Amino acid sequence: MMALAAGHGVYWAAIALALIGFYAMIAHGNLLKQLIGLNILQTAVILFFIAGSAKWGAVIPIASRAAGAEMAAERAMNPLPHALMLTAIVVMVATLGVALAVLVRLYRRYGSFEEDAILDRAE
Amino acid sequence: MIASQLPALLVVVPLLAALGVPLLAWPWPRAAWPVAVLATAATALLAVAGMLRALAGETMRYAAGGWAAPWGIELVLDPLSAFVALVVAGVAAWSVLYGAGVDDPRTRDRQGVVAALVLLVLAALLGIVVAGDLFNLFVFLEVGAIATYALVGVGGGRALVASFRYVILGSLGASLYLLGVGHLYLATGTLNMADMAARLPGTEPSRLVPLAVGLVVVGLGIKMGLFPLHGWLPDAYTHAPPAVTALIAPVATKVAAYALVRFLFTVLGPAYLLEHTLLGSALTWLGALSILAGGILAIRQTDFRKVLAYSSVSQMGYIALGIGLANPSGVLGAYLHILNHALMKGCLFFVAGIATLRLGGSALSDLRHMHRRMPVVTLCLVVAALSMVGVPPTGGFFSKWYVLLGAVEAGRFGLAGIVLAGSLLAVAYMFRIVESACLEPRGEDGHGHDRDGHAGPRRREPAAALLASVLALAAAVVAAGVWNAPIVDALRRAPMAGP
Amino acid sequence: MIAGHDSVIVQTVVRLLLPWIRIFALYVLLHGHDSPGGGFQGGVIMAASYILIGLALGRDELDRSFPEESALRWAVAGALVFLLAGMLGMAGGGGLLDYAAAPVPGITRIDLRYYGVLVIEIGVFMTVTAALTLIFARLAKTAEGEAA
Repeated sequence: MMALAAGHGVYWAAIALALIGFYAMIAHGNLLKQLIGLNILQTAVILFFIAGSAKWGAVIPIASRAAGAEMAAERAMNPLPHALMLTAIVVMVATLGVALAVLVRLYRRYGSFEEDAILDRAE
Repeated sequence: MIASQLPALLVVVPLLAALGVPLLAWPWPRAAWPVAVLATAATALLAVAGMLRALAGETMRYAAGGWAAPWGIELVLDPLSAFVALVVAGVAAWSVLYGAGVDDPRTRDRQGVVAALVLLVLAALLGIVVAGDLFNLFVFLEVGAIATYALVGVGGGRALVASFRYVILGSLGASLYLLGVGHLYLATGTLNMADMAARLPGTEPSRLVPLAVGLVVVGLGIKMGLFPLHGWLPDAYTHAPPAVTALIAPVATKVAAYALVRFLFTVLGPAYLLEHTLLGSALTWLGALSILAGGILAIRQTDFRKVLAYSSVSQMGYIALGIGLANPSGVLGAYLHILNHALMKGCLFFVAGIATLRLGGSALSDLRHMHRRMPVVTLCLVVAALSMVGVPPTGGFFSKWYVLLGAVEAGRFGLAGIVLAGSLLAVAYMFRIVESACLEPRGEDGHGHDRDGHAGPRRREPAAALLASVLALAAAVVAAGVWNAPIVDALRRAPMAGP
Repeated sequence: MIAGHDSVIVQTVVRLLLPWIRIFALYVLLHGHDSPGGGFQGGVIMAASYILIGLALGRDELDRSFPEESALRWAVAGALVFLLAGMLGMAGGGGLLDYAAAPVPGITRIDLRYYGVLVIEIGVFMTVTAALTLIFARLAKTAEGEAA
């Protein structure tokens, strides 16, 4: 249906980014680094969606009165992934906010971002 | 007019209350929980109305914003979503009443925040249930999850570690789900479930769809807490404040299971599952592994709430197994278990919360004398435990029976054996709890001194709100078994469960 | 406690910039429904103005211009504006978020749809501004060793 107009390069870039994020999430005992990994992973998903909406030589999909309201729909970018990803970004921000708040409280209580150290001190 | 708005009202009412509670709680902190109780009761009534419409054979399709279905946001209330909505809203009504009655020192000065977030979780869970497209399902999944992360962390201390692990794993699951949905969107150009189901068979065969299915199933598997993906679940359930566990433990994982059912049966459809049997058998083995591993891990625990948390992993395995079998009996068993497990796990976590706050801890050794101090609560504990094991008059028997029947009908006798083994494991871990609560420890005369220094365990049942919610769910556990025939009849209308 | 930036030049420039940042935020908000922009984008820019106050002029100044309690209230109120505006359509017999069906006399359906989106965007703007400022203020506070 919708060809990945920019070729498969962006697709593989998104997958690579997702794997980098995933690696950071599982390989690090540092909670802050896990959170950074999560953010890289989420960004990869966003890149993936946006790449799916790309088209060579497309126009922005806004019918404005100034432009005479005449525009061919097939020449426009697909706006839906952009709207979806705006929502996903909001979700990301909220997740990040909660996660950082939890991390700050953890750090104040246990004085470390290292999972092992925190679990030791929590016992 | 109200009737046609039902699918939207199911989300709007708790959401409105979630926003109203903080505004009310600033001048009147004591108003928070009563408002929350009223709002959830109203939501439960709406869910009952929705179920009645569904029983009358009506599928409600609601176009939000007046935009028609494949383009606009659609909310759907069909027999399955009405059933799950009723389970969620019904159990949540008692959970919130329980939350209102809990006097927890850790959350005493933040009642407005906790009540508001609990209502937000409820709104999001119901949103998942009525969502008619895959992206809105994701949004509601995340709204509920983010509110849950905050609720788990409210207790502080160890709960913060549990909350952070939940953030990482829950967001990983949601990201994988979203990545899978993205692949499906590229393959079909639509996000609406019904529209995608119609278009999928026409797409050219490519690696996009199997990859997408794998990502979605793993993503939702994390949210369901299936065995190798369950890492967030035990700590979150154990360390969250009792008022919070009472809501998320019974219903949150069930709603993820519902999302999986929707994805497999409504979007992919029976034909796809028949063609790709690997998917079904992978899910059955994932479920079987969960049943065994969750049960074995539950036996090894010494903390009441940890036992319950690992048994959730085991019980979610039954649901996954039933879904994976994809024959009418197995799927029906999975649907029934969504109801029964929500009821019995809700009841058990209510009891666990009471034990934690009243008996000074949730270690199994803290439970001694419980049958003397709180006989009614202990009775409810025993009823729910019997249901966990699957003893006939209780609801748990029937759901396990149908899953077992499904496995036998499919000729998968190994799986049938695992279903039975899961019940044996449940006997082992539930007996340890009942034993600690009911039997006198050896070497004591049963007249030791309790923590208040009073001689002998005095009988003192918990506050009326707590007792009412525990009793209500225990009664529901039995009722779901005694009147299982009409429930089964109603569920036969749901996807894949028909004869 | 985050102190203000110690350079008078930075502080003065920030004070001079603030009104322009806020006007731009409102511009982005008001053009959201027929050109790129909207409540979220405008709200982020607006929140940036408050975060800039916190960074350059210190947290006391931020507390004066946007106290935490009122930020929390604004955040909830914004979400409530969104939801109530969405429910107006239900009251008029349409669906949730169906602004055209809102029972407001004297306005055509087309204008209702047009202004309905604007009301929603204003709700989003309030919530995003307040929530992002609040996240910054809370994290800055707890990181500096005050009560969490």
